[in-house]
Amino acid sequence: MAMLSGAQILIESLVREGAEAVFGYPGGVTLPIYDVLYSHPLRHVLVRHEQNAAFAAQGYARATGKAGVCMATSGPGATNLTTGLVDALMDSIPVVAVTGQVPQALIGRDAFQEADTFGISRSATKHNYLVKDISELSQTVHEAFHIAVSGRPGPVLVDITKDVLLSKGDYSDEQAMMPLRGYRLSDEPDADAVERAVEFLWQAERPYIYAGGGVISSSASSELVRFSELLEAPLAHTVMGLGAMPTEHPNFISMLGMHGSYAANMGVTECDALIGLGVRFDDRVTGRLDKFAPGAKVLHVDIDPAEINKNRRADLGLVGDAKPVLRLLNERLAETRATLGRERREARLAWMEHVRAMKRDHPYVYEESTEEIKPQALMRKLDQISGGEAIVTVDVGQHQMWAAQHLRFNHPRLWQSSSGLGSMGFGLPAAMGAKFACPDKTVMAIVGDGGFMMSLPELGTIAANRLPVKVIVMNNNTLGMVRQWQQLFYGKRYSEVDVASFPDASLLAGAFGIAGGSVADPADLDEALAHAFDEPGPYLLNVQVTPEECVYPMVPAGGAVNEMILQPEPEAAEAVAGD
Amino acid sequence: MQQLISLLVENKPGALMRVAGVLTSRGYNIESLTVAKTIDPTLSIMTIVAEVGDDGRDLLIKQISRLVNVIKAVDLTDSRAVRRELVLIKIYVEEERRAALLTEAEIFRAHVVDASPEAYTVEATGSPDKLNALIALLRSYGPIEMVRSGAMAMARAKQNKLPVPSYTEAALSEG
Repeated sequence: MAMLSGAQILIESLVREGAEAVFGYPGGVTLPIYDVLYSHPLRHVLVRHEQNAAFAAQGYARATGKAGVCMATSGPGATNLTTGLVDALMDSIPVVAVTGQVPQALIGRDAFQEADTFGISRSATKHNYLVKDISELSQTVHEAFHIAVSGRPGPVLVDITKDVLLSKGDYSDEQAMMPLRGYRLSDEPDADAVERAVEFLWQAERPYIYAGGGVISSSASSELVRFSELLEAPLAHTVMGLGAMPTEHPNFISMLGMHGSYAANMGVTECDALIGLGVRFDDRVTGRLDKFAPGAKVLHVDIDPAEINKNRRADLGLVGDAKPVLRLLNERLAETRATLGRERREARLAWMEHVRAMKRDHPYVYEESTEEIKPQALMRKLDQISGGEAIVTVDVGQHQMWAAQHLRFNHPRLWQSSSGLGSMGFGLPAAMGAKFACPDKTVMAIVGDGGFMMSLPELGTIAANRLPVKVIVMNNNTLGMVRQWQQLFYGKRYSEVDVASFPDASLLAGAFGIAGGSVADPADLDEALAHAFDEPGPYLLNVQVTPEECVYPMVPAGGAVNEMILQPEPEAAEAVAGD
Repeated sequence: MQQLISLLVENKPGALMRVAGVLTSRGYNIESLTVAKTIDPTLSIMTIVAEVGDDGRDLLIKQISRLVNVIKAVDLTDSRAVRRELVLIKIYVEEERRAALLTEAEIFRAHVVDASPEAYTVEATGSPDKLNALIALLRSYGPIEMVRSGAMAMARAKQNKLPVPSYTEAALSEG
């Protein structure tokens, strides 16, 4: 085999791993890589900031389940990736980050653009590497992909010194990978544990399924739906799980947690058996932990043994990948259906009916208006446009929660939210990655006026690549979620949340050479949205919404999930209006 | 309370940083940490003593276990394990008291490994308690300087054994 440069070996390894696009930004030490890319068919997408390269790689990964790839130079390039990597770590999203490092001879000498990327990214990744020997390069890249996508997925960073990129060596394929002795993937749970789980499931009178991102990572949606149907049990999703069960499935209740629906939170409070699937009992879901599902026994299924008993002690823990575990359970549940006597079956049907009735009686409510565009009304319009089929990416804050409440998802991998880390600025670059992954799907980034400004430069990437992403800014002129907390818990002392002076959207978009517009009158909303979505290219739509709206229901931080604030108190609403 | 953790890790750059990182990111103080290669030079064994809350112990072991470079981590705090530590103590002792010092050191099976006109250097191994007693004793002879290795531990019970190839297996594979 002809000798290749390190940079060529890197690109060859990425191609062999099926990488379709690399989101990156060049710099001094990665020049050898970019020289290879100059005449290579592998698509490189030049972002405008490295953080957005990591978010775009996530957008690609969340849409496809394959590892997204991002690339940055040493020093600031690598440190700028960090937020996107921690974000991927928190939400278990497979990302492979490639960074250049200063030549070995300069490491530790405070060279220009030198940073301890290996050390900095240690806690930002599932695993990371510093490659100092060209003979290890290709296998390291293959290992990185393997670790990123297998088990509990996550980000893996490969830092490569410039001298390795320039030196000559051979490519060796993934077949030659050394066994990873410390990396254990969970086996299928043993038959005994499955039998105990089946017994547990049939014994319950009020079973309740709480399913999260793990089900989506595992591509176990159809198994999840079947599981819920076999058990005739209601199901709530975490913000990460949305779309795993279609929103309109009769067993689906809603999102649960801090801004979950009344029915979802009361359901979890009243159930006698809680089945957690690919979830981590996050504080935004459980609220006060000792009041969460207080009368329930817990069956917890997760691929990561460290999740079992981490926050809530499980009466039964099954370690494994959701898909094979649900298949085993479904098989045994179908065979043992007769175990459920008539009496218990009737109790369960009554329970299901009770939870469904709560859902009917307590929908997400808001006050409609003909004066202002209500943010919830905007989400409903966007939902009509999507019809449960569009890819929707969001930032973090009020718009994220309203979108989670009001948009339907007929399939998994449509909803993309920075859920664990809660990174503002995520939505726009994630939408770019999603659009590269799924060019035929409608992709909308629903962002707030705060977060939009954090990823604003990516309008340049969208324009340069003619990416038909629809950017919908829900503009309430404030950092809405922070303001909501100040309103409710800090005596309306609104400190540093006013981000008015939002630019004219059509001028701003126009400056990038893309179409844009603004709308503030509810009577014009339909037309403005139709215009945005009919436009064949990208579109930036600034939607002026009611400034002082709060997301309800709301579980105050540290409160029990059944103690929700359902609606604003009347006098509080008046006082706000008078402020 | 103090948790005693024994772990088998791949002998790779960054392995120590990853393990230490799990502890430090939680604000746990590492009391001692020893690490060295096993018979198989691609593997190392670490012994860590750290101040960890009771409710964090299981989680800590699981979170260390899931590191890619960690082959096995076991909690030896409450299990039967041999725990030993090495200490080097330099005592600035007057000449007329040296004989007495040697006699007392002998009780602890400590022996002199270096002698100079102004000081003796004594080496001893033992349980941390025994070494504490020795140190207290030697301090009565004069000012001391001291280096401790931190605890090394080996499980007695089979279920906590680390999966290191035994010496015979290693010897056979080397031919």
